[in-house]
Amino acid sequence: MKRLHIILLVFIAIAIGVLVSFMGNLSTYETIASAKQKEGKTVTIIAKLDNSQPIEYDPSKNPNYLSFHISDTLGNKARVVYYYGKPYDMEKAERIVLKGRMKGDIFEITQKDGILIKCPSKYKDDPEAAKKNLSQNQ
Amino acid sequence: MDYIGEHLLPGKLGHFFAVLSFAASFVSVVAYFKAVGAKDTTDEKNWKRLARIAFGIDVIAVFSVFASIYYIVHAHLFEYNFAWEHSSKALSPKYLLACIWEAQEGSFLLWTMWHCVLGIILIFKAKQWEAPVMAVISFVQLFLATMIMGVYVFGIKIGNTPFALVREKFGDGPMFQRADYLKMPQMQDGQGLNALLQNYWMVIHPPVLFLGFASTIVPFAFAISGLWKKQYGNWIKPALPWTLFSACLLGTGIMMGAAWAYESLTFGGYWAWDPVENASLVPWLVIIAGLHTMVVYNATRHSLRATHLFLILGFILILYSTYLTRSGRLGDTSVHAFVGSGMELHLVLFILVFFFPAMILFIREYKNIPHIKKEENTYSREFWMFIGSLVIFLSSVFIMIATSLPVINKIAGTNWTIGDDVEFAYNRIEIFIAIILGTLTALAQYLKYKQTAKTFFFKKIWLPTAIALIIAILFSFFGGIHYDKYGTGFLAAIHLGLFCAIYSVVANAGYIWAGLNGRLKAAGASVAHVGFGLMLVGILLSSAKKEVLSHNTTGININFDPSAKQNPLENITLLKNVETDMGKYWATYINNDSVDEKTKMTYFKIRFRKKDNNEEFTLYPNWIKMTKGQQGISANPDKRHYWDRDIFSYISAADNMGEGDTTSFKSYPVAIHDTVFYSKGYMVLDKVIVNPDNEKYHFTPADTALMASITVVSRDSMRYQARPVLYIKNNEAHYIADTVFAQNLALMLGKVNDSKKIELRVRESGDMVPFVALKVYEFPQINILWFGTIIMIIGFIMSIVRRARSTT
Repeated sequence: MKRLHIILLVFIAIAIGVLVSFMGNLSTYETIASAKQKEGKTVTIIAKLDNSQPIEYDPSKNPNYLSFHISDTLGNKARVVYYYGKPYDMEKAERIVLKGRMKGDIFEITQKDGILIKCPSKYKDDPEAAKKNLSQNQ
Repeated sequence: MDYIGEHLLPGKLGHFFAVLSFAASFVSVVAYFKAVGAKDTTDEKNWKRLARIAFGIDVIAVFSVFASIYYIVHAHLFEYNFAWEHSSKALSPKYLLACIWEAQEGSFLLWTMWHCVLGIILIFKAKQWEAPVMAVISFVQLFLATMIMGVYVFGIKIGNTPFALVREKFGDGPMFQRADYLKMPQMQDGQGLNALLQNYWMVIHPPVLFLGFASTIVPFAFAISGLWKKQYGNWIKPALPWTLFSACLLGTGIMMGAAWAYESLTFGGYWAWDPVENASLVPWLVIIAGLHTMVVYNATRHSLRATHLFLILGFILILYSTYLTRSGRLGDTSVHAFVGSGMELHLVLFILVFFFPAMILFIREYKNIPHIKKEENTYSREFWMFIGSLVIFLSSVFIMIATSLPVINKIAGTNWTIGDDVEFAYNRIEIFIAIILGTLTALAQYLKYKQTAKTFFFKKIWLPTAIALIIAILFSFFGGIHYDKYGTGFLAAIHLGLFCAIYSVVANAGYIWAGLNGRLKAAGASVAHVGFGLMLVGILLSSAKKEVLSHNTTGININFDPSAKQNPLENITLLKNVETDMGKYWATYINNDSVDEKTKMTYFKIRFRKKDNNEEFTLYPNWIKMTKGQQGISANPDKRHYWDRDIFSYISAADNMGEGDTTSFKSYPVAIHDTVFYSKGYMVLDKVIVNPDNEKYHFTPADTALMASITVVSRDSMRYQARPVLYIKNNEAHYIADTVFAQNLALMLGKVNDSKKIELRVRESGDMVPFVALKVYEFPQINILWFGTIIMIIGFIMSIVRRARSTT
C-alpha cells in the first residue's frame, strides 16, 4: 500500500469521526409540543410571534431580559425568555427561528444567536411588502 | 388602456439588449465549439472570427443592459419596478450603483459584466487556448443571460427581467385602472435603498466579490479545455496567474464583507459562520487547494488529477453558492440570504448543466490524465503541499455539509439543524485545520521539490522554530488568553493554534532571507503565507480575547429575573447624564442628536472614562430608521481604535425607539374637578391658575400663562402633584410638560376650549428617563487580522505578476 493511500485512509477516518461528532451535536426542528417532550434538550423551533400577548422588554429596567409568546402552525403556544437585548424589528418578523430548550413551560434561549429574525436585506425582494407600500394612501 | 406619462423606450431597449446578449452568446458558444473541432486552420480561423464578433456583440449588449438600468434609476423612472423598488430620488449617484447590485437581477448583471471583461482579456491573451476556454465562458454567459431575460417559452417564464413595469408586476392593483396612475403619490418616489445598505462598503464590496466569483470560471475553463483537447497539463502554466487572480479577488471580496460586517453591522464581529459567508468561503478554499496542486504540477508533474478535480469543483461550488443564497433555501439559518424569487429550478439547472458534463468529462479522461507512478518523497515540498491541499479541501467539505443542512433536509426529508451555538460547531473543527495549515505553511517552504537533504532541512528550520516557540510561549504566558468557555481542551487548542500561526509567520518571513536570499520578486508565496499566518494570529487573539465590556454591573434591577445570574448580561443601561460603572470604565450617556431627517440617523453621544488612568473618549454609535416601509431601526456601531485593540459599541435600545415625543399623547377635554383615567389610576384637575408665581414658575401679571394643578392618584393610593403650563409669548404658544416619574406619566396642557374646558394631554410610557442600553466589546489585536489580509493580498499580487511574466 502506498503511503498516500494510508494518509488518505487516516483522513477519511478523521473525516468520519468529525462528521459523526458533528451529527451528534446537531439539534432538530421541533414543534412547540414536541419540544416540550424533549425538555432540557436543545431544539430549534420555527414559530410566529403571538401578538395577542405583549412583548415584555423594558431596557430601562433590564436590557438583558426579553420575554414574548410564540405560536406555531399547530396552534400551540409557549412563552420564550431570552437573555439579550430585543432584536430590532422583531414585531415585523413573519417567522422567527428560535434555538433553545424548554424549561418547564418556558422556552429558554441562552445563546445570543438563538433568535434569528430575517435581516432587512431579506425583505427587499419581498413582493408582499412592496404591494403593501403600493396600496397605501389609497 | 393608454397610460399617461410612461417612458417605455429605455425598458424596451434594455430588454432588447438582454435578449441580444442571449442570442450573441449562443452564436459565440456554437462558433467557438466549431473552432475547437475544426480540422484545418483556415476553418478554425473563420469560426474564431465569427465567435469573437459574437462575443463582442454580447459584451456591447450586456453593457447596454446595464446602461439602460442605470438610466432608468438615474432618471427616476418609477414606472419601472426596478427603480421603484430599489431606488429613490434621495439617493446619491454612488448609491444608485449600490441599488443596482442590491437587486437580484442587478447582481447577475454585475457577474456577467465581469465575464465580459475577463473574456476580452482572454481573447487577446489565451492564444491557442482561446477557443476552448472561450467556449466554456460563452456557455456560462448564455446561462447568465437567461437569468435576466424574463421571456416566456411555452408558458414557462425564464428569468426575471429587470425592466418589468410596476403595473406589470402588481397588475391587479386598483390604481392601475387609472391612465394617469403615475401621478399618484405612491408613484412619485421609489422605495429607496435599505438604510443598512447605504454604506460605502455596499458600493465597493459587491463588485470586488463578483469579480472574484466571475474569475473562477477561468481556471475551470482551462481545466475543461485541457481534458477536451486532450492536452493534459499544458494549460497549467497559462492558467496559473488566473487562478492566483481568482484566489486573490475572491479572498479580498470575502474579507471586505468581513470588514463591512465588523465596521457597520451589529453582528458583533467579522465572521459568524453564517451560511452566506460560508457559501463564498468554501469555493475560495477549494480554489486555494487547486492553486497549490497547480504549483506542485508545475514543478514536479505530480497532482494533475487532483488539480482538475479542485478547479472543476471550485467553479461548481460558486454556482452552488449562488443557488444557496438566491433560492431562499437558507431562510431559516442565515441572516442574509435573499428571499427566493421563484428561480430555484433555474438555479438548480444552472449547477447541473455544468456539473454533469464537467464531471463526466473528468471521469472519462481520468485514466488518460498523466500521473507519476513513483511516490513523492516524504522530504519533498510537493508531498506536504498536497497534504495541505487535501486538508483545505476536507475542511471545505465539512463547512459545505454543515451549511447545506437545509438542502440535505429537503432532499432526505430529515430535520437537522446546527444547535444553538453555531459558531462553536465550526470553530471546534476549524481550530485543528488552522493548526495543521499553520504548521504546513511554516515547514513546506523549507523543503525542496522532489528531495531535500535532512541535514539541510533541519539546519534551516531550527531557527524559525525556536523563534516562533519563544514568541508563542511569551504570548501564552503573558497574553492573557483565558478563554475557558469551552473547557481546557479547547483552550489548549487555541494556544497550540497560536503557536502554529506564529510559526507560519516567522518561518515564511525567515524564508525570504534564508531560502530566497531576499529575492523579493520570487517571494510572493512567502509573503502571502506571512499574511495568512498573521490573519490566523489576529483571528485567534481577537476571538479568544474578545471581551464584553458592558457587563451590567450597575445592579439596576438585575434581580428581576432570578435565573439571569448564570446568563451573560451583555447590555448595560445608561441613564442620561448619570455616570455608570462599566467594569474598567465609567460610561455616561450625554445626549442624542438627529443629524438630518433624510438619512434618519440619530447619533448617541457616549462618554467613556477609564478608571485606572482617567483617559476619556467619546463614541457616537448611531442608528438609522428603516426605510422601505419597514419600521424599526438599525444600529451602527462606533469604535475607538487603538493600535492593539478596538473598543466597539452599539446601541441596543433607547427610550425613544423610533418614536417621536408627542405622538403618543392622548387628549382629554376636562373642566375643573373632572377625572381622567389612565392605566394605573386616575387624575383630577383641581384648579387652573393664571400667571402662577410659585417655587417652580415665575410669571408676572404681564404674561399670559395658565397652570393646571392636577392630582394623580395611583391604584396603590399614592398621590402625586403635576403642574403643566401653557403660556403665550411672542404670539406663540409654549407648552411646559410635567412628569410623574413614578407613574411614567407626562402631562401637558393643550388649548383652552370655549366651553370652559381645557385640553389635558396625557402620555403614558414605560420609559420616562432618557436612557440607552449599550453593548460594548473589546476586540484585542483585531488589526493583526486586517494587516495580515493586506499582506496576503500583496503576496498574491506579487505572485500574479511573476507568474504572468513567466507565461509570456
